[in-house]
Amino acid sequence: MNPQILDKAIRGVLIAIVVLILAFLAIPILIVVPLSFSDSSFMTFPPPGWSMRWYSSFFGSREWLDAAKTTMFVSAGAAVFATPFGVASAYALQHARHWSLKFVQTVLMLPLMVPAIIVSVGVFFAFTKVGMVNTISGLILANAMMGLPYVLITVGADLRTFDSSQELVARSLGMGRFRAFLIVTLPQIKPSVFSAAIFVFIQALDETVIALFVSGGAEQTLTRRMFVTLRDQIDPTIAAISTMLTAITLCLVMVVGITRRSAGRQTQS
Amino acid sequence: MTASADFKHRSNDDSNYKNMSPTVGPREKKSGGESRDDSRVLFFLFVPAVVVVVILLIIPLGWLIWQSFFNAGSFDLENYRRVFSGPYRDTFLLTFQISAIVTILVLLLAYPVAYIATTCTPKWRTAILALVILPFWTSTLVRTYAWLVLLQRTGLVNKGLLALGVIDTPLQLAYNQLGTTVAMVHVLLPFAVLPLFSAMQKIPSNILLAGSSLGGSRFYVFRRVFFPLTMGGVLAGTTLVFVLCLGFYTTPALMGGGKTVMVSMLVGRNIEIYTSWGAASSVCAVLLTFVFAIFYAANKLIPLEKILGTK
Repeated sequence: MNPQILDKAIRGVLIAIVVLILAFLAIPILIVVPLSFSDSSFMTFPPPGWSMRWYSSFFGSREWLDAAKTTMFVSAGAAVFATPFGVASAYALQHARHWSLKFVQTVLMLPLMVPAIIVSVGVFFAFTKVGMVNTISGLILANAMMGLPYVLITVGADLRTFDSSQELVARSLGMGRFRAFLIVTLPQIKPSVFSAAIFVFIQALDETVIALFVSGGAEQTLTRRMFVTLRDQIDPTIAAISTMLTAITLCLVMVVGITRRSAGRQTQS
Repeated sequence: MTASADFKHRSNDDSNYKNMSPTVGPREKKSGGESRDDSRVLFFLFVPAVVVVVILLIIPLGWLIWQSFFNAGSFDLENYRRVFSGPYRDTFLLTFQISAIVTILVLLLAYPVAYIATTCTPKWRTAILALVILPFWTSTLVRTYAWLVLLQRTGLVNKGLLALGVIDTPLQLAYNQLGTTVAMVHVLLPFAVLPLFSAMQKIPSNILLAGSSLGGSRFYVFRRVFFPLTMGGVLAGTTLVFVLCLGFYTTPALMGGGKTVMVSMLVGRNIEIYTSWGAASSVCAVLLTFVFAIFYAANKLIPLEKILGTK
């Protein structure tokens, strides 16, 4: 056979395989959407009829709404703390020169390296000692810690490509380091700081394992409630919640994409 | 020394603009142009982040590991004896087995996706990457739920197989090791596609052209030139996926149906149900040792940042 035709045939087969793999990736996420509008409590596909009953079951439930409120508050709180802490660390990592920096960096990446279940045990232990189990502030603190590495990675990458001599000019003209950072550097790395904050928010939205250990009662997060419910039964209300969660996450990721793209254009022009 | 002291003073006090002589020249990277004192100021910037990690993670884990060597107040390796024998050892072995299977499956699926995404037109590339990133950012819990729905007795997969006449009675697909593996592969697949894609993208196309112009067939060039150049991405993906598997909790806990117990669930049960810190601590210590050993070994070949950058 002509080798060119053979190449084309191999590539065709490869493309078919990739299409199947992409379907495997996408279908499970997409299938939840029609199921959430089903009027049947048996999650069969295609749904026998359409209704909004699972959405009203969510919005009519005090417990689910409380959990959603807790999750939103905790995720926002985590972003508020993790972002400045992470940006400060990323900045220092970029500018300080010391033998211990590699060590500090590894310490700050630990929340990402240590398996979530072990982090949860550690956080649970720390919280039992200081009476912060089942508190909102505890959840915010734990999620802020989990978000730190994301800020470090996102903002760190941006700072590495940022021309720091601009800040140096400002400082040589008498500006303090902090002011020079706020006035010269920060406006230019704003897109990555903003994305980092959103990544922390999304990660806190999704966080389940720590919440299982350190939140409970009225202070439970949405994902914890979902997990505990799913342990007993496949509740269709969760299809409605899943659809909304995915929609929120998708919007946030798109916002990040748009800010990044427009930022890219600015630097080009 | 005076210059650096002056500089430190100024960086702390913004209102002092009078002394405006440019005491600090253009800083050259890694030339030591930055003074020691300034480094110390910069170190304060680490304080909030490091304090949070130390208090919430390092001290508790240190205590936990310390605790694992004691039993009823005296030094004793009973906790470790339990880990390396009986049901605990079986759980560790099963966890390694599932992690290995999932990692291999993920790599086999991720490689062609990354390859096609690299070699197709930019428009298709955006579409493929969007389809990879969409699940990447979707909640793990949502994805596990989706698989529970798909794989349950009356789920779409069973219905499809029945309709096609492949099976006569619905198969038990969820709540066992099979369901756990499928859902884990789905959750972790993007973690391998992204590093593979970034490794493949860096390969200059003229290297491949050179290979084929020297008479290599397309497959030969792939095997001898392209594939070896993607090993960094393969290693990053393998490390990340394997480590995430080892400590995975939510998906196996929901999909395993209580029968497929993984190490993470051993930890969870000991704390949640029995509040037995001793038993949980040795399991944590062993799991942590494996995880760090893997990261340490991988770090010898590629920088850790590159591995974790994907996550």
